[in-house]
Amino acid sequence: MHVDHVLFMQQVSAFLGPYYLTLALLNAIAAAVLTYQLKNARAGLISVGVSFFFVILSAFAWNGLPPGLPQSVRDMANVALTGNRGAVIYTLGTTALLIALFFTRKYWVRPAVAWGALNAALLLMGLSMISPAFFNIVSKADNVPIVSLVFLLGFFTWLATSKAVANDERAKQGLPPLEKLDDEKILVWPDLVYTELICMVVVTVVLLVWAIGLKAPLEFCAERAKTPNPSKAPWYFLGLQEMLVYYDPWMAGVVLPSLVLFGLMAIPYIDFNKKGCGYYTIAQRKFAYCMFQIGFLELWVTLIVLGTFLRGPNWNFFGPFEDWDTHKVLALNNVNLSDYFWIDVLGASVPRVTSDMTGGDAVITVLKREGLGIVLLLIYFIGLPPVLASTVFRKMFVRMGFIRYMVMCNLLLFMTALPLKMVLRWTVNLKYIIYIPEIFLNF
Amino acid sequence: MPSLGETIRNSQVWKSIFRHPMPVDRRNRIVVMLTNFFLHLHPVSIKKQGIALSYTWCMGGVTFFLFLVETITGVLLMFYYRPTLQWAFHDIQELRDTVSLGILRELHRWGGHAMVITVWLHMYRVFLTGSYKPPREFNWVVGVFLLLLTLLLSFTGYLLPWDQLAIWAITVGSNMARATPVLGNEGPGQQILNVGGIDMITNASDARFGLLGARIVGEETLNRFYVLHCVFIPLVVSLLLAIHFWRVRKDGGISGPL
Repeated sequence: MHVDHVLFMQQVSAFLGPYYLTLALLNAIAAAVLTYQLKNARAGLISVGVSFFFVILSAFAWNGLPPGLPQSVRDMANVALTGNRGAVIYTLGTTALLIALFFTRKYWVRPAVAWGALNAALLLMGLSMISPAFFNIVSKADNVPIVSLVFLLGFFTWLATSKAVANDERAKQGLPPLEKLDDEKILVWPDLVYTELICMVVVTVVLLVWAIGLKAPLEFCAERAKTPNPSKAPWYFLGLQEMLVYYDPWMAGVVLPSLVLFGLMAIPYIDFNKKGCGYYTIAQRKFAYCMFQIGFLELWVTLIVLGTFLRGPNWNFFGPFEDWDTHKVLALNNVNLSDYFWIDVLGASVPRVTSDMTGGDAVITVLKREGLGIVLLLIYFIGLPPVLASTVFRKMFVRMGFIRYMVMCNLLLFMTALPLKMVLRWTVNLKYIIYIPEIFLNF
Repeated sequence: MPSLGETIRNSQVWKSIFRHPMPVDRRNRIVVMLTNFFLHLHPVSIKKQGIALSYTWCMGGVTFFLFLVETITGVLLMFYYRPTLQWAFHDIQELRDTVSLGILRELHRWGGHAMVITVWLHMYRVFLTGSYKPPREFNWVVGVFLLLLTLLLSFTGYLLPWDQLAIWAITVGSNMARATPVLGNEGPGQQILNVGGIDMITNASDARFGLLGARIVGEETLNRFYVLHCVFIPLVVSLLLAIHFWRVRKDGGISGPL
């Protein structure tokens, strides 16, 4: 055990030494940019201080003493982010974070503030690395793209938001967006061709460094008799695998992905807003922007992150610093709505289809048993659109027309059904709203 | 006495390939875009803001470049790889341990992951700038198909190393197909396709069987995924890319306010 720990610390130190040194260098560059280009001497000075701080951390790491998060903090994180409570805190936490970022975007788009936040995130990641569980998951070769994706998305979201905030400020003053200022035409050779060439060189270098530095994973030869635990889909489909917890495979694996694709294709045909074409803006297309971000950042990317880093053996929810114990047992007392209704509310037994029933009797039994769930789903998918059309979406309905409105509204309802089902599962252990195993139809 | 470079550039062979002098003046910078096969995908001139990296992120171009990298490294990998149960895993081990320039597989695998990320970022940028709005709606739809095909390219390639990671990731991924409504053995409405009391949709005729070529992930699946990964999907992607690029030109040029 002791030898394992020593080897682990050597491995972590070998990673964290260069890691902190790179951060120190980046902060030194940032100090120069903040001071001389952005004329923010105070932020530049702070960046110099941060750079020295990372140099010190690097020195500790090189010497085999990388600093880390205190055990008490890691324990607290594990307690908070484990089991059903963990799922709730993770989902509500990421949602609250995205909402907070949206409403305080004018503050976060300042380069100095964003740089500070990035430093804090990278420092937290570095300090977390001394946990073997965290290090093993984050540094797993196939998980590196996901870590990259998180940081790249953070950067590009910041970049887009800063441009959108600037354009929205200009629009308030009656000025055109920044993208319309430079209408001058230039020749593609050399400006664009050389830009493309530089990008190709940069991508090639990144790819070569990545390929030399990190071996592609290769486990032992495929064997059907040995099922790994957990068995995970490729990382980009982990959101779909997570959906399998809340929906049957026909919904999570077929219908919902098809609707995601259909919804993406439908975007240009249901977005009737003529503003915001070809330039970054949030204020001029708030509804479209928010719906897309909910779908992409909240329901796609955060579910992938969840599926990668927090789902362990038996698809149980594990804290970020918790060992993936294959014997961890979590009680799953999920109950169908029909069970709640018949047993808990009516105090009767649940009607079942028996083998001696005729087809008609079986249908009547199923309708009787699942009546409440069917009515609720009909209200949700059929009843809500007209109600919304005459209330909150009234203006939209008038401008969009019946067909476009119904397509938009149903896509929206399917999208919001996922977080609703997640919350119902975690809070009241609801499994299915309708449960018809006789024809594999559960929702 | 002309230099060697001048001699080559003045030779008949050079002039037969490149029909213009070096593009150092305005006229030839225009001519080069019209007469070079690879460059003629671009227009001659473009709005200055349309090439700002902070605006475009260059993610469409990077994705296309990664597709080319994947094609080249993929072809090289095909020289060493045989898609059979007997050889698949062995050949990958050989690639890792004995073949010269042992990063070929790494370049291909990480390039594939990177392509998934960059195609998402490209879609993200196009949405955030509202560049799918008229007249670019159709090109957005083509882009969604390309995004899907990128995921399928990666998914089909995932199986080829034939290790535990590969077979179980594909097993998990493809299990969902058997729950396809009507067409899946365990999907709702499976009983609809029933002739004379005989189910037409069984585990040997459903959507999952169609995807795998067998009831389980096996040699037929490996062959099927290999052909999809190396031939069919890249061909469809190439066709759609051509349409995508052509429509960029026809729909008002590179993104920007119209």
